[in-house]
Amino acid sequence: MLGWVLLGLIVVTAFWAVTVYNRLIGLRNQKENGWRQIDVQLKRRHDLIPNLVNTVRGAMEFERDTLTAVMEARAKAMSASGPAEAGRTEGMLTQALGRLFALAENYPQLRANENVKMLQEELAATENKISFARQFYNDIATKYNIARETFPANTVAGAFGFQQAELFEITEPAERQVPSVDLSLKKP
Amino acid sequence: MNLLEQQAANRRRTWAVMAVFVALFAVIGAGVDLFIVGQGETYLPVATLAALAVGGGQAWQSLQHGDRAVLRSTQAVPVATRIAEAASDDDRLRFRQFENVVDEMAIASGLPRPQAWIIADNDPNAFATGRDPDHASIAVTEGLLRTLSREELQGVVAHEMAHIRNYDIRLMTVVAALVGAILLLADWSTRVIRFGGGRRRGSSRRSGKDGGGAIVIVFIVIWMLAIVLAPVIGRLLALAVSRRREYLADATGAELTRNPLGLARALEKIEAHVAPTPAIKRGSAHLCIADPLGLRIDNREGWWANLWATHPPMARRIAALRTMAYEGIRPARRV
Repeated sequence: MLGWVLLGLIVVTAFWAVTVYNRLIGLRNQKENGWRQIDVQLKRRHDLIPNLVNTVRGAMEFERDTLTAVMEARAKAMSASGPAEAGRTEGMLTQALGRLFALAENYPQLRANENVKMLQEELAATENKISFARQFYNDIATKYNIARETFPANTVAGAFGFQQAELFEITEPAERQVPSVDLSLKKP
Repeated sequence: MNLLEQQAANRRRTWAVMAVFVALFAVIGAGVDLFIVGQGETYLPVATLAALAVGGGQAWQSLQHGDRAVLRSTQAVPVATRIAEAASDDDRLRFRQFENVVDEMAIASGLPRPQAWIIADNDPNAFATGRDPDHASIAVTEGLLRTLSREELQGVVAHEMAHIRNYDIRLMTVVAALVGAILLLADWSTRVIRFGGGRRRGSSRRSGKDGGGAIVIVFIVIWMLAIVLAPVIGRLLALAVSRRREYLADATGAELTRNPLGLARALEKIEAHVAPTPAIKRGSAHLCIADPLGLRIDNREGWWANLWATHPPMARRIAALRTMAYEGIRPARRV
């Protein structure tokens, strides 16, 4: 009799452990996918900037410093290693772009230029996508962490080595390894 | 209430209404099977099952092909086609912006990107359709793209994305099927009562033989009332579910954009255009962000007007969104 009870307990526990394990795997994959989305959008922004600079160069001849600053910020962001540096350089790139668009307001022929408007829209959309991708990543990573840390699921998480997911600001460099994605923009 | 509390409250109320709905269906079905069909002492509720089968069949059909039918009836065109054939640069920019905003909201919700469509209509409106997130579509009118700023458009698309994430199209299809099944049962019963009263009397006398006569009579009265009122009650319950889901979609949309005021401002602008949206037919009204019939019913407060509206009053939706913005997304007590 005791044997049967014991066997039953073992079977139930095993089923429960499998369920918890699968849930953690699902959340971890979603989290990693969320992380890759961020990098996809960052890369897309880097790809868009040369188009923008070439389009406005003619009209903004006198703002060469600003244009150079944007290209330099882009180069730094692209070669950044490690999330901390990447976070800083991407922030500088955002600022340089902001200055460029603020100055462009002084050039009526640029404000009326359809290519510039379109590029501005694409860049705004990309910035939005970056922040929404970060938002989604942080939400799903928080969900994963809660699932990983709450008792009794934490026993399963511990046994199978589910690592704590770090939220956006502080992340492991290894996680930034991105598969290369072709995001070539249709030339306007 | 903050955003997450509003979401939870709306989910609870949807389930409460659905429970009343199923109870109504069960009472009518049980009555039909006991008093009308129940001649041969079978324990299988034949009529109830038949009504469910008809309703289920309609629901399945509409889930499989409903989205295409709605898009065809509104003559919606895929956004990529409109961008390629745009008459002016301004239009191209507007269409591309819509496409981008749909992308942004797909990323924010973590769902596959829904198909984006544009309807040639000057009244600002939008709807979502499709049976699940993998087969979803979002359509907006040209008027909406012309009227709203980017931020406001984002609010509207987030609201539609929220309908997709909350499986509202599926829920409303199930509700429609239940209404259909209830109407079917009510229709059968009234016919039988009118033309075959004798059978009913015979069966109820037999059921009363084991001393439960009073209970049976009470049940018959309730059942008769339910049948008479079924068309009205069914419709009212369906509308109640629809209004709950609108509030819920507003709250979920705000969670996606983290900017409830964008949608609030969009609703204010849409409310200012009370003209009907001729391209969107009556049958799809509950899918839209604002009532396409242009009835002022949505804008009128008052118990009676609210009872008959597919959408809650705009003023209340806007007020709820403003409350969310004010309270922010604090770590909620319950998630």
